[in-house]
Amino acid sequence: MAARQQDTSLSNATNYSSQRFQPGLPSENGKRLARGLGWFSLGLGITELLAPKFIASISGVSPRRTGMIRLYGLREIASGIGIFAQKNPAQAMWSRVAGDVMDLTSLGIACTAPDAKTGRITFATANVLAVTALDVIAAKQLSGGKKGVHASASCIVNAQPEEVYRFWREFTNLPRFMEHLESVTELGEGRSHWIAKGPAGMKVEWDAMIVADEPGRVITWRSLENSDVDNAGAVRFEAAAGGRGTIIKVNIQYNPPGGVVGATVAKLFGEEPNQQLEDDLRRFKQVIELGEVVVSDATIFGVGYFDQRPAQPPAPGELERAESLPPQVPAGERPLGRSAEEPFAGRRIQQ
Amino acid sequence: MRANCWMGKTMVSVQDVPDPQILNQRDAIVKISSTAICGSDLHLYNAFIPTMVAGDILGHEFMGEVVEVGREVTNLAVGDRVVVPFPISCGRCFFCKQQMFSLCENSNPNAWMGEKMFGHAAAGIFGYSHLTGGYAGGQAEYARVPFADVGPIKVPSGLTDEQVLFLSDIFPTGYMGAEMCDIKPGDTIAIWGCGPVGQFSIRSAFLLGAERVIAIDMVPERLQMAQAGGAETINYNETNVYEALMEMTGGRGPDACIDDVGMEAHAPGAIHAYDRIKQAMMLETDRPHALREAIMCCRNGGIISVIGVYGGVIDKFPIGSVMNRSLTIRTGQAHVQRYMRPLLQLIENGDIDPSFVVTHTMSLEDAAHGYEIFKHKQDNCIKVVLKPGMNGRASTMAREDDTIIH
Repeated sequence: MAARQQDTSLSNATNYSSQRFQPGLPSENGKRLARGLGWFSLGLGITELLAPKFIASISGVSPRRTGMIRLYGLREIASGIGIFAQKNPAQAMWSRVAGDVMDLTSLGIACTAPDAKTGRITFATANVLAVTALDVIAAKQLSGGKKGVHASASCIVNAQPEEVYRFWREFTNLPRFMEHLESVTELGEGRSHWIAKGPAGMKVEWDAMIVADEPGRVITWRSLENSDVDNAGAVRFEAAAGGRGTIIKVNIQYNPPGGVVGATVAKLFGEEPNQQLEDDLRRFKQVIELGEVVVSDATIFGVGYFDQRPAQPPAPGELERAESLPPQVPAGERPLGRSAEEPFAGRRIQQ
Repeated sequence: MRANCWMGKTMVSVQDVPDPQILNQRDAIVKISSTAICGSDLHLYNAFIPTMVAGDILGHEFMGEVVEVGREVTNLAVGDRVVVPFPISCGRCFFCKQQMFSLCENSNPNAWMGEKMFGHAAAGIFGYSHLTGGYAGGQAEYARVPFADVGPIKVPSGLTDEQVLFLSDIFPTGYMGAEMCDIKPGDTIAIWGCGPVGQFSIRSAFLLGAERVIAIDMVPERLQMAQAGGAETINYNETNVYEALMEMTGGRGPDACIDDVGMEAHAPGAIHAYDRIKQAMMLETDRPHALREAIMCCRNGGIISVIGVYGGVIDKFPIGSVMNRSLTIRTGQAHVQRYMRPLLQLIENGDIDPSFVVTHTMSLEDAAHGYEIFKHKQDNCIKVVLKPGMNGRASTMAREDDTIIH
């Protein structure tokens, strides 16, 4: 019996799940903890709102502070509602942490009051610290999935998976359709040097290495240490049903760094990383099927909403400012998708 | 060069803009000899189609002489006289290979806008908002024509501009509207809208073998033109359309109905007010009165052919009538490239002379005047042809002199 070939690169689930491209979903533990803290918030908030004197007495705070305790009660109720209202309550949990800091500050100030009951305040502070620790744990667990940015997109092209794979595997081709890539240089041994364009002439650079490479099926890569931006990507090639070309699926993940580089990277990928990747793939399809990127008058500076210019011919100076234009087609190169041209002779009209 | 630019709702102006140049290897530059204002340009003029930007050059019905070709255009030469189809189509994608040219996957760089609005994007179109690619249009002295090896068709010098210009849009569009009806000998076809596209649907329905064509409009000169084309007519301002059609067909209804009206339908009475209000409040983008009526009138098991332009969402759509009575709805922007050669053949054979539809010819400089009279159906206006070459003095003074009334 022949051993079934093990596919190491793809989850071959036939049941499509919209979550499969989002590896960083909030953890169940974090959610459970957050729900507990949400009930705690509501209970404490209602008590603070309705019985502020009781709260003042058990925490050793001056009874003249009941107005402030009522306000804190409202804040607790708001974070409680926030926790239950959000699908991923990470934000609400971080606001609880901020509230804990306020509580601790208030307790610190209360200590200095002349009528302060230091013993009770210390006890209350210990309690708040314990709750703060729980809040931080839940918030961190829930935010786990937010750390990396993911983008995924797919397209279908009129060419065989092997051809499309070969074009993509030549990483130096990528800047022809990936708007923000300036260049990719092959360094040999599966390594390459990537340069992306940022705003105001900024550049983001990294070295990448190929992790998996199965001709006609999949290429995955990730950045090496000392990169400006930590990133990884995968592109899969699947024969479309009925021999109708190739379906290409791309996943890209990156961890935005801090500082100026982080801001540049954020700008590069924009508000909608999926949209940008889709636009790149649309250009990829054009390059494969037509040999060049198609431009209209309005999209000389890009296809984004804010890149649009009026649909009238560009003035000569304008065209020079458009970095991606005119599209660079290596001389003599033919598009992959081009089959023998059969001139279209029109069809017969039934009369 | 001079070009007619959209500047805002009901504002167009002919301005100096840069000359077009080759941007892709399969482009050609065409020096325009004749260009027309289309009924669907009025949807842009009235700002019912989103994603227009002030300065957009309008126009998607044009023809002229090739003055420059990109290095991959081998079938055209400088000096060729060509008519340009309104959809921009690459000729090599999945849809183009099936001759569904108005669904080209590669010609619309702004496809994401179409995906947001319609779920999927359609082909690029000249001078028809950024949603359809953001291409400069043909109401200008010159136009850049992408995929010139697929779209433009060479026309013989023996035919006038007015005879072949409408191969760019309204003749194939009207023809496809009729073709989608699967006309069989003896069929009765009802056609809503007797604008230029409706006129070509009427004549195409007869060319395709219809026995009776019943045309519906309210503008007297359009109804007259429909009668001249052999149609029986109903004036919806004077007659209840449903009752008239039932009487004419013995209560069965027409075999197929063509909606040549689209999103800005007019209707008598309360239903028009209802749709106007909903449209003004952005609760629906289109006024689908003609479509609703066509559905209710069509015979059981008949075909509804929607070739009039819709842009968004509608309200009170009688889906129950469609479902329970086994109706078929067919629709689409015309796949013009599919029809140009066979229809040119009909023109050359003398089976049809499309120039009948032209009522006004004027200088490109007077485009604003052309839009106004076309919109308000003044001066018996049915179809306006603009001539960039015509001596137009770009002033209101010139209008009277430059306007030729046929």
